[in-house]
Amino acid sequence: MTDEILLSVKDLVKSYEGTSEVLNGISLDIHKGEVVVVLGPSGCGKSTLLRCMNGLEEYQSGSITLDGEKITKNGANMTALRQRIGMVFQSYELFPHLTIQDNITLAPVQVQKVPKEQAQAEAERLLERVGLLDKRTAYPRQLSGGQKQRVAIVRALAMHPEVMLFDEVTAALDPEMVREVLDVMLTLAEQGMTMVIVTHEMNFARAVADRIVFIDGGVIVEETDPETFFEHPSTERAKQFLKTFTFEKKA
Amino acid sequence: MSVDILLEYLPLFVQGALVTIKISLAGIILSLLVGLVCSYVQYYRVPVLRQIAKGYIELSRNTPMLVQLFFIYFGLPKIGLSWSREVCAVAALVFLGGSYMAEAMRSGLEAVDVIQTESAISLGMNRFQVMRFVVFPQAMAVALPAIAANVVFLIKETSVVSAIALADLMYVAKDLIGNDYNTSEALFMLVVFYLLILLPVSLLASYAERRIRYAGYGA
Amino acid sequence: MQDTGLSILFRGINFLRLLQGLWVTLQISLISVGLSFIFGTLFGMLMTVKNRFVQAFCWLYLNFIRIMPQLVLLFLVYFGVTRQWQISLSAWSSAIIVFTLWGTAEMGDLVRGAIVSIPNHQYESAAALGMTKQQIFRFVILPQTVRRLIAPSINLITRMIKTTSLVEIIGMVEVLKTGQQIIDANRMQYPTGALWVYGAVFVLYFLVCWPISTLAGRLERKWR
Repeated sequence: MTDEILLSVKDLVKSYEGTSEVLNGISLDIHKGEVVVVLGPSGCGKSTLLRCMNGLEEYQSGSITLDGEKITKNGANMTALRQRIGMVFQSYELFPHLTIQDNITLAPVQVQKVPKEQAQAEAERLLERVGLLDKRTAYPRQLSGGQKQRVAIVRALAMHPEVMLFDEVTAALDPEMVREVLDVMLTLAEQGMTMVIVTHEMNFARAVADRIVFIDGGVIVEETDPETFFEHPSTERAKQFLKTFTFEKKA
Repeated sequence: MSVDILLEYLPLFVQGALVTIKISLAGIILSLLVGLVCSYVQYYRVPVLRQIAKGYIELSRNTPMLVQLFFIYFGLPKIGLSWSREVCAVAALVFLGGSYMAEAMRSGLEAVDVIQTESAISLGMNRFQVMRFVVFPQAMAVALPAIAANVVFLIKETSVVSAIALADLMYVAKDLIGNDYNTSEALFMLVVFYLLILLPVSLLASYAERRIRYAGYGA
Repeated sequence: MQDTGLSILFRGINFLRLLQGLWVTLQISLISVGLSFIFGTLFGMLMTVKNRFVQAFCWLYLNFIRIMPQLVLLFLVYFGVTRQWQISLSAWSSAIIVFTLWGTAEMGDLVRGAIVSIPNHQYESAAALGMTKQQIFRFVILPQTVRRLIAPSINLITRMIKTTSLVEIIGMVEVLKTGQQIIDANRMQYPTGALWVYGAVFVLYFLVCWPISTLAGRLERKWR
């Protein structure tokens, strides 16, 4: 991790039409090589924050910048900016009409004009890394959820992004498939990838995070290192939140 | 029924079938184009054009082709829009078919989840690339059975062009019934020729539907 | 003031005549729809019978009716039956027969589709609650089937009304033919009559069909 700020969110306010605010003044700096895990109860706005970071949502005020360039939904330079930000969705969103290999090479070839052979070689190298090289000619529907999600990560990586956003990527998976996806993410973190992760896997969050950001009611309630957050949360809301993950037999 | 008469009628029906096929082909191809434009306009919510497309679709779907044809062939020349029989027949078929194709394609486009678009956008694709590589192929696969059914429907609808004395299959049969009184032979040939044209097309259509419903990609 | 030609519609009883023509169209449609709903329901149930002979018959009937242009069917009955069996059928009866045959096939397929679309576990979970076969049919299957059928059968009404325009070709005096007669009778005074009269017929059809298909569309969205 370096001191260089890659992605910067300042006073972000976002609301959907007619509802109360979803994000109510969020400020957050992501440093190069840093792994930030965003936690919070359902509906606290953490997924919305991630979607704003990729310019998938409009916001009312504040700013999000990547290396000083402003990210907005319909901004002029967005296709170029989005190539520098990889995003993985909860529901994988592989393209069902394309093989695994074509899923991965589509954007590099069409968007970045990488020669086809080079893109294919890159896809094979990445698939090998996540143990799915033998699936490259298969179609998404022939893969398990965990395999699809690993392909989705590879697809984003093939664009050589500077930062990766993960939006509850294991939430739709069967428990036994969660591990294979989280392992891939852990490896990425070790290799120095800048990552912003929204998750409900507390043990994973603790292991992977450089910093935990706890959001509730559209504001950052607590922002600290994982050790402190999980062992000595300083706010009542964070304590309440962590309690929902522990079970005790009622007397 | 006399075989001699059937043989005598054969060339006439071949001529009629060619007219039916010609008008169907032109009408279907242009209907696909009109349908594509209308469905895009609706999908992208283009202001004004979208309302026009909607209005056209409602008008087209809620009036019979025969009335559309009469209006185009007999009515429009009164304001200076005078075309040949063939052009009027194709125009009426396209006026009808465009809306059916538009509805098929629109439901295909709508069947592609928004988040598919978002994931393509997040890979840095622009709107054109998202449509061409991600949304369009998926939408057309969904729309294919409906499009195929529309093709069968439109070929059948061409039978009304006989009403403006265009010499299609129907007209040939009508003519022979009226002039020769060989009703059975004429009707027999009429059914056989429509079967020859429509059976392969509708078998193909149901094959397309089964393949998409039960197999999907990668089967 | 220059005459636009539109006034052809309001000259004498012209507009009333058009409406009378429309009424003929609607009569044929509504009678055929009524008969189609009855026979179609029976035909749909027949199609679910697991008997090879019955299924082959249903398949043949459904597909022949569906593949032929309705105009061909109309010719087969109007000219063919008369010729083959020396029975003289009026255009009116021919139309009712053909549209009922066609509507029965279409309605039957809808009914069959609705019946087989009720998932098996609906029968099973009702049986698990201790319901008898009759109770399952009456309280569980029938309401769901009817609900699924309402929108597409309303749609069938508009299709029937539009198809009825074909009877003009076998010489029936309905709305389109009446229009033709008005145009011919006023050829001298109103040279642009065709535009206005066919325009009016177009609008009349739209005014009849549009509310019905809009209703069908609403119900379909609501009950999807």
